[in-house]
Amino acid sequence: MKRTQLPKSNRVLALAALTALLVSGCGPEYLVLNPAGPVAREELHLIELSTVLVLIVIIPVLALLAYIVWRYRDKPDNKAPYTPKWSESKALEVVWWGIPVVIVAVLGYYTGKSTFNLTEPPQKDVQPLTVQVTSLNWKWLFQYPGQNVATVNYVEIPVGVPIQFELTADAPMNSFWVPELGGQEYTMPGMAMRLWLEADKPGTYYGSGANFTGKGFAHMNFTVKAVSQDEFDQWVKQIKSNSPALTMTGYEQLKQPSVVGTMSYSSYPPGLFHDVVWADGGRYMPDMMNDMTGMQGQTADAAKPNGAATDTAKSPAGDTSSMPGMQMDGGQSAGH
Amino acid sequence: MPDALRQFADTYLMWQEGPMIWISDVLILLTSIGIVATLTYFKKWKWLWREWLTTVDHKKIGIMYLIAALLMMFRGGADGLLMRTQLAAPGMHFLDAEHYDQIFTTHGTIMILFMAMPFIFAMFNIVVPLQIGARDVAFPYLNAISFWLFFFGALLFNISFVFGGSPDAGWFSYPPLSELQFDPGPGENFYLLALQISGIGSIATGINFLATILKMRAPGMTLMRMPLFTWSVVAACIVIIFAFPALTVALALLMLDRIVGTHFFTILHGGNPMMYINLFWVWGHPEVYIVVLPAFGIFSEVVATFSRKRVFGYSSMVASLILISVISYFVWAHHFFTMGAGADVNTFFAVASMAVGIPTGVKVFNWLFTMYRGRIRLNLPMLWTIAFVPCFALGGATGIMLAAAPADYQYHNSYFLIAHFHQVLIGGVVFGMLAGMYYWWPKMFGFKLDERIGRWAFWFFNIGFYVCFMPQYALGFMGMQRRMYTYPADMGWGTLNFISTVGAYLMGIGFVLIVAQVLYSIKYGERDLTGDPWDGRTLEWSLPSPVPHYNFAVIPTVTDRDYWWKLKEEGRTDELKPKPEDIQPIHMPKNSGRPFIMGVLFFVAGLGFVFNWYVLAVLGLLGVVVTLLARSFEYDDEYYIQPEEVEHVEAALGRL
Amino acid sequence: MAVAEKALGHAHGHLSGADLAKPLEYQDPHQSVRILGFWLFLATDMLLFGCLFATYLVLHTHTDGGPTAKELFDIPGFTAETFILLTSSFTGGLATLAMRNRNKKQVLAWLAVTILLGLSFVGLEAQEFYKDVLEGATMQRSAFLSAFFTLVGTHGSHVSLGIVWMFSILLQVAKRGLTQVTARKIFIVNLYWHFLDVVWVFIFTVVYLFGVVL
Repeated sequence: MKRTQLPKSNRVLALAALTALLVSGCGPEYLVLNPAGPVAREELHLIELSTVLVLIVIIPVLALLAYIVWRYRDKPDNKAPYTPKWSESKALEVVWWGIPVVIVAVLGYYTGKSTFNLTEPPQKDVQPLTVQVTSLNWKWLFQYPGQNVATVNYVEIPVGVPIQFELTADAPMNSFWVPELGGQEYTMPGMAMRLWLEADKPGTYYGSGANFTGKGFAHMNFTVKAVSQDEFDQWVKQIKSNSPALTMTGYEQLKQPSVVGTMSYSSYPPGLFHDVVWADGGRYMPDMMNDMTGMQGQTADAAKPNGAATDTAKSPAGDTSSMPGMQMDGGQSAGH
Repeated sequence: MPDALRQFADTYLMWQEGPMIWISDVLILLTSIGIVATLTYFKKWKWLWREWLTTVDHKKIGIMYLIAALLMMFRGGADGLLMRTQLAAPGMHFLDAEHYDQIFTTHGTIMILFMAMPFIFAMFNIVVPLQIGARDVAFPYLNAISFWLFFFGALLFNISFVFGGSPDAGWFSYPPLSELQFDPGPGENFYLLALQISGIGSIATGINFLATILKMRAPGMTLMRMPLFTWSVVAACIVIIFAFPALTVALALLMLDRIVGTHFFTILHGGNPMMYINLFWVWGHPEVYIVVLPAFGIFSEVVATFSRKRVFGYSSMVASLILISVISYFVWAHHFFTMGAGADVNTFFAVASMAVGIPTGVKVFNWLFTMYRGRIRLNLPMLWTIAFVPCFALGGATGIMLAAAPADYQYHNSYFLIAHFHQVLIGGVVFGMLAGMYYWWPKMFGFKLDERIGRWAFWFFNIGFYVCFMPQYALGFMGMQRRMYTYPADMGWGTLNFISTVGAYLMGIGFVLIVAQVLYSIKYGERDLTGDPWDGRTLEWSLPSPVPHYNFAVIPTVTDRDYWWKLKEEGRTDELKPKPEDIQPIHMPKNSGRPFIMGVLFFVAGLGFVFNWYVLAVLGLLGVVVTLLARSFEYDDEYYIQPEEVEHVEAALGRL
Repeated sequence: MAVAEKALGHAHGHLSGADLAKPLEYQDPHQSVRILGFWLFLATDMLLFGCLFATYLVLHTHTDGGPTAKELFDIPGFTAETFILLTSSFTGGLATLAMRNRNKKQVLAWLAVTILLGLSFVGLEAQEFYKDVLEGATMQRSAFLSAFFTLVGTHGSHVSLGIVWMFSILLQVAKRGLTQVTARKIFIVNLYWHFLDVVWVFIFTVVYLFGVVL
C-alpha cells in the first residue's frame, strides 16, 4: 500500500513554506527534517502541512498587530480614526470563528488519516522483520525472534523491509526514538507496544531513549544500522557463530542499573520478552498480548525456513491460552 | 554527640555533598537570622502578626501571594539558569546527573505550582472583589487558609533542597521511576506532600472565588456586565474545581505506594503506572488553562484601557473563555500519544487539542480589533500585552503542530516541545501576570512602577526569551531530547545550546531589572493620588489607591459594562463618592491566627510523612482537626466598622 | 439570632436582605452563600471519588493471584452496612426536617440517632477490614486490594470525619438552639451525609455487587 500522499499542490506549498521557515538550513544534523524512511517521511509531510496551515493564521496576526500598533498609537497628531464605542461586528467575528474551524478540519482530517496509516506496516507486500525492544536501566536490549539473536545498544536492520518493533521495558518507562526513521513510541513495563519503521537507504541512524529514566538517562542512546538484506543475513550468521549466548543470569546482570557499550548475543533465553511483559502486568491486558503474540506467530512462521524461532513464538501462546478467560482468538484488536 | 551531629548533618543536611550545599545551608541560615534580627530590631513582630499573618483581607492576602510568586520566580529562574549553564556546551561537568535531575524537577514544579499559581491567585485576590463591587471574598477565613496552605506547601517543597534532598523524577513524577523501588529517599515524598498541601489550598480558592463571583456582585452587575478578568476567573475556577481532585488522587495514591506499600502504580503485584499518567494529565492539562485563562482576562482589561476603547466582541470573549475551559478536559491524552493508545483515541484527542486553538485564536483577533481604531498608549502593562500577542500566537501555532498526533511522535520529549510550552507559558502566563502586576500595582500600593527601568527589563526579558527558546525548536528537529544533563559533541547541538544559554541569562537580567524597578519605585515611583492612574474602565479604578480596608464605603449600583468609564464620560463620577447619609455600619470578618497555625500544622504533618516520622505526622493531622473544630465552635468572628470611622477615612482621602 | 439579623443589609458583601419566606437555613444570605460554597466543595469531592472509582475499575481484576472480590466480600456484612447507612441518611433528613419545623429537641434526637448509626457503620466496616487483613488480604497484597481498601477506606474516613463534625454541631445546637447559623450547619452536615450515602450506593453497586456477581 502507498502511504498517504498529501495532494500535490499542498505538498509543493508545504515544501516552499518550510524552506522559507527553516532558513537556518536543513543540514544533515536536522534529523527530523532528513527522513530516511517512509514513516519519518509521512510524519514530515504532516509537519509541513501543519506548518503551512498555522502560517495562514500567524502571518495575518503578526502583520495586523504591527500595522494596528503603529497606526493607532496615541500621538497628538495621529489622524487615524478613533471609534471608542465600536465593539461588535458579526461579519468579522464569523470570519475568525470560521477560518480556524476550517483549518482544524483540514488538519484534523490528515492527522486522522496519518494516525491510522502509521499503525499499518509501511509496505504490505514485503515480509516484515520483528525486533523486540526492551529498555533497561540504562541500555537497550534488542531481540530478533526470527533470527534468535540479540544485541545491546545497537540494532541492525535490512533496508527496504518493514520492521515491526515490539516494545516493552523492564525498568521505568522510556521512549524508543529514531528520528530519521520515524517518531517515537514508549517502552512501558507490563505492556507490549508496536512501532512500524522502515529504512529505505543504508546508513547509521541515531536512536535515543527519549523519556527520562534517572541518572544514566542521558547516555541511553543507540545506533540503528540499515544494511542490504545480504549484509544483514551475513551479520546474523556472524553473530551466531562469534558471540556468546545471553543466559538468564546474563540478563539479570544486564538488568542492573549501568551504562554499557554495544554487545551481541548468539541466542537468548526463550520467551524472555514475553516473560518480561507478563511479569510486570501484561497478563492483565489479554487483548494486547493476543495482538502481539498473534503477530509474533506470523513472523515466526514466515521465518521458519531461516531457522529456529519457534519456541519464542509458541511459549507465549501456550501461556496465554492456559490462563482462564484469556483464550487466544487470533483476533486483531485495535489495541495498539 | 559530635557523631550524632555529623550523622544528622549527613542524613538531613546532605553535608557530604560538597560546597554548593554548604553555601546554601549557610546562606539560608544567615538570611533567617537576618530576618529575625531585623524584625526584632525594628520591633515589627507584632506588626507582622497583626497586619499580615492573621489577616483575612483579600488585598493583603493578594500581596502576600504576589511576593511569594516573585520569590518563587527567582528560585525557579535560578534553577533554569543552572540548567542552561550546564547545557551551554557539550560534555560540561558543571552539574552532575543527579543534581541536574533535581534541578529540572524543582524548576518545573516551582514554576507551575509555586510561581504561576500564586501569581494568578494574587491577581484573583487583589482584583476580583474590587471589580465586582464587594467588600471581600465569600469566605475570607477560608481564603487565608488557602494562602497559608500554599505558603507552607511551597516552604516544604523548597526546604527539600537543603534538608533531605530534592525530588528528581521530573515535575510530573511518572511512576514507576518515582516509586520507592527506583527512587528511595525523601525527595519524592517532599514533592508529593508539598503539592498535596498546596493543592488543597488551590481547590479552596477555586470554590471561594466562584462563590464570590456568583453571589457577591454589586447590585446591577449582571453576568454579562462583569469585566472580562472576572469572567476569566470564573472560567479558571470551574477548571480548578473539576481538575484538582484528580491531582489530589494521583498524589495520594502515589504517596500510599511509597509510604504504605500499596501497588497502584508499581510494576509489581498488578500495579498500573498508566493510571497515574492519566490521572496526572486529567489535572495537568486543564492546569495550564487554569494559569493562562486569568492571563487572558488581564490582557482583555489592559487592551481596552490602553486603547481607550470598549473591548471588541465581549460575548465572543466570554464564550471563548468558557469553551476553552470545557474543551480543556478533552485533550489530556495528547500528553501521551506515544504510549500506545489506539489510532481512534489519538485522533480524537488530536482534533480536540487543535480545537482549543479555535476559541484562543478568536480571542487574539478580538484583542487586535480592540486596538483597531483605538488610541494605543504604550505603558508597561500594554507593552507586555503587545509582546504577548506574537509570542503566544507562535506558541499556539506550534501547539497546533504538536497536536497532530503523528507529527507529535517526532516532537514528543524533544526540545521542540520544551520550546513550545515555554513559549505559551512564559508568553501567556508570565507576560500576562507581569502586565497585571504593572497594571494593578498602583491600586495595591499607591504608586506606579518606574517606566524607564521597566522598559529595560521588558526588552531584556523579551529579546532574551526569543534568543533562549527559538534555538530550542531547531534543537528539537535535530533530535535533542529533553532532560539530558549532558550531550555528545558530535551531534551538532553545541552552537544552538550556547545561544539558548545566552538568551536565558538575558532573561535573568530582565528579572533582576524588575526587582531593581520595584526597589527604586518604592522610593521614587510616581504616586497615584487619583486612584485612576491609567484612565481605567472598571469599578476598581473608582476607589482610592491603596484601597481602604472595607473597599467600598457604599456599595455602588451598576448599570453598564465599563461602568466607571461611562460615568467618567458622562461626568457623573461623583455618584460613586460616598455620601455621609448613605454610610452604614460595615460588617467585616475578624482577623484570625488559626489559618496560619493550620498551615504550620499541615507543614508539620507533611514533614512527618516525608521522613516517615509517623508520630509527628499524626500529631500534625490531629492539630488540623482541632483547628477545624475550633472554627466550627467560633461564632464571634465578625465585627462592625462604625459609620463615623468610615466617614473619617473617606474624609481623609478627600472623598466626602 | 440577633447577630445574624443585625448583619443583614449591611453585610461585608452586600448580600440582599433576609427572606423569611425561605427555609430557615437560607434566610440569611451569609448562610446561603455558605451552602452554595458547600455544594461546590461537594462537586470536588464527587470528582475525587470519581477518580478513585476509575482507579478501582482499572485495577479490580489485577489480583496477582491473591484473593478476588468474590472470595473476599461477605454478603451479609456489606448488606448490613448498606442498610445502616441508608437508614442514617433518612434519620439525618429527619433532623433537617425537624430543624425547619423549629423543633430543637427532635433535631438533637435525630442527630444523635444518625451519629449512632454512623458509628455502627464505621464499626462494621472496621470489622470487615480487620477480617480481610487476617485472611491475608492486605492493601499491599495486590493492586486490586490497594484500590479496594483505598476507595472504601476513603469513604469510611469521610464518614468518620462526618461523625465528629455532626457531633460538634449537635453540641452547638444544644447550646445555642436553632438560629439561622446553626440551621445552616445542620443543613450542610446533612448534605454531606446524604452525599456520602450516594457515594456508598455506588460503592455497593460497583464494588460489592459487581464483585460478588461478576
